[in-house]
Amino acid sequence: MVKKKTTASAKALAKKAKTAGKERYILRLYVAGMTPKSSQAIMNITQVCKDHLKGRYNLRVIDIYQQPALAQGEQIIAVPTLIKKLPLPLRRFIGNMVDREKILVGLDLKPQKSK
Amino acid sequence: MALQKRKDHILSGLKKCPTGIKGLDEITEGGLPRGRPTLICGSAGCGKTLLAMEFVTRGITEFNEPGVFMAFEENAEELAVNVASLGMDVKELIRQKKLAIDYVHIERSEIEETGEYDLEGLFVRLGNMIDSIGAKRVVLDTIEALFAGLPNEAILRAELRRLFRWLKTKGVTAIITGEQGDKHLTRHGLEEYVSDCVIFLDHRLINQVATRRLRVIKYRGSKHGTNEYPALIDETGLLVLPISSLGLTYPVSAARVSTGIPRLDTMFGGKGYFRGTSVLVSGTAGSGKTSVVAAFADSICRKGEKCLYLSFEESPDQIIRNMGSIGFDLGKWVKKGLMKFRSVRPTMFGLETHLVSIHKLVEDFHPTGVVVDPVTNLSSIGDTDEVKVMMMRIVDFLKNKQVTSVFTSLTSGGSAFDQSEVGISSLMDTWILLRNIETDGERNRLLYILKSRGMAHSNQVREFILSDKGIALRDVYIGSGTVLTGSARMTQEAKDRSQELSGNQAAEHRQLELRQQHLAIDAQIAVLKAQSEGIHKEMKQLSANGHQKNKMIHQQKDDISRIRKAD
Repeated sequence: MVKKKTTASAKALAKKAKTAGKERYILRLYVAGMTPKSSQAIMNITQVCKDHLKGRYNLRVIDIYQQPALAQGEQIIAVPTLIKKLPLPLRRFIGNMVDREKILVGLDLKPQKSK
Repeated sequence: MALQKRKDHILSGLKKCPTGIKGLDEITEGGLPRGRPTLICGSAGCGKTLLAMEFVTRGITEFNEPGVFMAFEENAEELAVNVASLGMDVKELIRQKKLAIDYVHIERSEIEETGEYDLEGLFVRLGNMIDSIGAKRVVLDTIEALFAGLPNEAILRAELRRLFRWLKTKGVTAIITGEQGDKHLTRHGLEEYVSDCVIFLDHRLINQVATRRLRVIKYRGSKHGTNEYPALIDETGLLVLPISSLGLTYPVSAARVSTGIPRLDTMFGGKGYFRGTSVLVSGTAGSGKTSVVAAFADSICRKGEKCLYLSFEESPDQIIRNMGSIGFDLGKWVKKGLMKFRSVRPTMFGLETHLVSIHKLVEDFHPTGVVVDPVTNLSSIGDTDEVKVMMMRIVDFLKNKQVTSVFTSLTSGGSAFDQSEVGISSLMDTWILLRNIETDGERNRLLYILKSRGMAHSNQVREFILSDKGIALRDVYIGSGTVLTGSARMTQEAKDRSQELSGNQAAEHRQLELRQQHLAIDAQIAVLKAQSEGIHKEMKQLSANGHQKNKMIHQQKDDISRIRKAD
């Protein structure tokens, strides 16, 4: 049993290693109107994507004022919120995306700093 | 009158939003502050969510005010299931577009904070729902969940402040629920932001029995009941009892109600209890308390009125069977719907809950008589003071309703007879005392009226006899300095009867003698009368003969002189 598990996780790891740096990122940024916070967030995240995910990302900016139903469906409370839909796991980033380090770690583009 | 009305209108500054929850609107004098947020706080399981849900659903069904329910802990499906048992059809209301439920879910582990943010998302969702159904009422249950989900408390607090102000500008009446904290009313100090009206729900254990209570801690711009009021959650939802606010202003009636025992009626000036008064029947075990109250219950139903029988000791069937043995067929009244039994052990729930359920039963059943048998059992779930307060509330409530109430009270063997166990005697208008006395190897029941306010009543002790024909009251034997009951009384009565009989016989004998003497004298009188009559006759005869003689002598004289030719 234990052995089987090890092989399964080993396989998954191997797969991960193969696809690393190749997965497509699907990102959604929810903002509420064109506030300074919104524009900062858009600017910052676009920069991150350009720098690290060139050619393999899909970023959409959604204004919840325009589509309030989406806010409910996506459980948006704070804005701006960036949702990383793929690759899994799903992750949310709230704020104007100034903490580049945190975003990179959260997007699995940088290993977490050991303390 | 019109002027007064106008004045009231001008002065009524704060508009109220009725909750539709029984009792709560009375305590708050009309409901929650309209267009303002109200904080409902309390510990886990005290009924915050239920109160909030009722506020919204009743708003829709009773006042036609659509509502929004924003849940942070349960999703719409769970909420619907939870309140379905209380008769609220949430799904139907959603279908009618009168109710909108939004489940706000925050997964802390998914969230990374990367700079400044605000809660505009929440505002948008809430605003969207309010606008889509034209909501007048909003519930946020429990907004404190945000504190667990969002790391930056400073932003959160600022945003909450903004949220409550925004709700006010939206003109919606909002309920915000909050979990009770250690030092504050709520764990995260929500009362700081929501300060127009704060209602505190409590669910506490006393002697392992849970009791719900509700208190309005503050209500800006309005007066309100300040006490802790008992609350109950039953199949129709939350129920609050503003009972302790009852004043001593109940109406009184001079009408009388029969006690169900003819002889006892006689003792109460021939008519029985006053209608709408409280009666206490106290006595030791087995002295016949239940029988006295059953007689009362029976007589109420006999008149076609309704009677509520609250039993804390026996099941309805047992009471019906037992009372059948002394000639009261209570089962018949139950079938006719004139009598209702409620049998529960006092330990089933707390005093307050008992109070609330009695309150509700009386409101629903509209009895003219209520029997509580026995009140002393309540002392097992509260101390004397608490029971007394509860009794006071019950008595005041029933008096206000013009319901005649009869309570039985068990006096334990050792204690004084004229001291009721639960210290309620002063609350009672009429007090009937039952006693068991043991003499000559038998026990007998005695009954007397200790007090009866406002009416002439007998001061006599009566013997109280239970038989299959019902209840009978007999005079006790009082004579030559002793009071006798039971067989002693009967023996004495028999003795008296025989004495009386022999006395009678002697008198008759004497009478006969006298009559004979009388007759003898009469006979003598007759004889003497006859004698006197004889004498009288003789006397007459004698005088008549004398006359004749004289006449003849004169004739002779005349004849002689004629012969002698005397000149």
